[in-house]
Amino acid sequence: MSFLLPPYPVIFGQIAMFLVVLLGLVHAAAGMVWVERKEAARMQQRVGPTRVGPFGLLQPFADVLKLMFKENLKPGAADTLLFYLAPLVCATTAFAAFSVVPIGPATTLLGLLDEPMKLQVADVNVAVLVVFAIASMGVYGIVLAGWASNSKYSLLGGLRSSAQMISYELSYGMSLVGVLILANSMSLTEIVDAQGASLLGIPHARWYIFLQPLGFLIFLTAGIAETNRAPFDFPEAEQELVAGYHTEYSSMTFALFFLAEYINMVTVSAVATDLFLGGWYFPFVPPSWGIGWLIFLAKVGALLFFYVWIRWTLPRYRYDQLMTFGWKILLPASVINLIATAAGVLYFGL
Amino acid sequence: MPSLNDYLVLSALLFAIGAGGVFMRRNLITILLSIEIMLNAVNLTFVAFGRALGTADGQIIVFFVMTVAAAEAAVGLAIVIALFRHRESLNPDTFKALKW
Amino acid sequence: MTLFYLFAALAVVSSLLVIAQRNPIYSVLLLIASFGALSGLYVLLEAPFAAVIQIIVYAGAIMVLFLFVVMLLNAPQEDTEYDVRVHPLMRPGPLKFGAALAVLLAVELVWALSSAPPASAFGPLPEITVTTIGRTLFTTYAFPFEVTSLLILVAMVGAVLMARREEHSGERGKR
Repeated sequence: MSFLLPPYPVIFGQIAMFLVVLLGLVHAAAGMVWVERKEAARMQQRVGPTRVGPFGLLQPFADVLKLMFKENLKPGAADTLLFYLAPLVCATTAFAAFSVVPIGPATTLLGLLDEPMKLQVADVNVAVLVVFAIASMGVYGIVLAGWASNSKYSLLGGLRSSAQMISYELSYGMSLVGVLILANSMSLTEIVDAQGASLLGIPHARWYIFLQPLGFLIFLTAGIAETNRAPFDFPEAEQELVAGYHTEYSSMTFALFFLAEYINMVTVSAVATDLFLGGWYFPFVPPSWGIGWLIFLAKVGALLFFYVWIRWTLPRYRYDQLMTFGWKILLPASVINLIATAAGVLYFGL
Repeated sequence: MPSLNDYLVLSALLFAIGAGGVFMRRNLITILLSIEIMLNAVNLTFVAFGRALGTADGQIIVFFVMTVAAAEAAVGLAIVIALFRHRESLNPDTFKALKW
Repeated sequence: MTLFYLFAALAVVSSLLVIAQRNPIYSVLLLIASFGALSGLYVLLEAPFAAVIQIIVYAGAIMVLFLFVVMLLNAPQEDTEYDVRVHPLMRPGPLKFGAALAVLLAVELVWALSSAPPASAFGPLPEITVTTIGRTLFTTYAFPFEVTSLLILVAMVGAVLMARREEHSGERGKR
């Protein structure tokens, strides 16, 4: 294995990309908090935050400051090491999962670089599996938080979370296999590029959502369950479990859980955009315009808005309904989708 | 570069650790975990040999071993839960009566 | 080179700690660390697919199952007939014998391997992609694959049957 360093512009480009993704995720999470509060208020005929900054835009930063200055409490009977490890695991996996997600086509930054730079932290040829692997590590943060707090509400939240994650991970993984078959690749960049087609020189949409509508629905539903969002937010069901796994957390340890939840949402939306919504391709917009990353961000934003919309529209399921839905409807549906896709590729050469 | 022998030595060490866990521990869950260590030691051997021979067979056997390990964990843990319900204990020495 | 020794040390130390821990929760977590190290070793062996499924299947699914059961039973301490503070060498006969056997096994395996002719470093590897693995799996290994799926089915039925709480008051089948 050689450790020859690439030329300097590439190194600087990668460091810049790393910072862009890191800061972008943090600010996306902050922005999502604002959107969520504003949208919740709108749907409930309230006004929402208005005091801090124009339209209350600085509210998330005020929230973070407030959390920073709060006292960090720990239950006396808690397992100290695991109690502090859990939020770290949650936040780390949330950030790490985004590292292999491309956010735009390779670009030279308007001719600044000699050769095009990939708009992702790491280009892995099994990127889909890597996202999946890191996301499956995130459950440990929640489970450990539940166990280490030594509180019955937290423990129930952690138990529910592990059962829910195991159940929905299957459908989550199976639903995207159809896309992998169609694109014949596991690299997210290649999958996106397989969706950019042009007819008579005009780009049109050959997005996989049109070939895999069922797969997209399953992916989105299981994605909501994986990120513990309403209507599947059982690990923290506040009416039954106070706040579930993070009942005992305060100050910045709580903020890390909060951050992780929103970043996970961004990651799921970004992966869904790459897999199903054609990434940075859009009809009638040729790639040479160089606004691929804007298109990508717009699509991710639309999906994130959908998440918020769902949360404030649908009531929470009952726990046994969640399990029944996952195992008896979602999983068989994803298997049927997979078989149908495989048959389509084999016999009709889609 | 580490050679095939290095990987095999590591695998042997891991296997012995797992075997030691099975022999020495008196907690059903730890015993199951030790079995997982042994299975993983074997997996490492397969991947290392697959690399040395330059074939995909090593990774495919790993795939099968993992499937069997998953089945083993599911059934094993179900048995542990059933046993714990009866005796409120995880010590295998509690269950030597050959009947409930 | 250094990476190999780093991952190897991590795997050995965390595996040792797994069997030395009193608390099963820590055992499970240390085993996950050990699996992470093994996954790193698979990357060094140029088997990225094995590395990733090691994380997804082992660390992401099987270990969550273990953690779930440990939390469900909530029986953190090992209950034994002897005092846990007794030195390992003073414990009942079978345990001593087991420990000796394990050490013997390690010594013998390491001795046999190190007295073998030194293997040369790995040669160049023909590219093994996921496609290659898939094709081999569904052609050469098609029969074992089908048998494994049957095994999974049997395990699933067995686990459900075994873990089901026997309720005598009519309401069966819930959970």
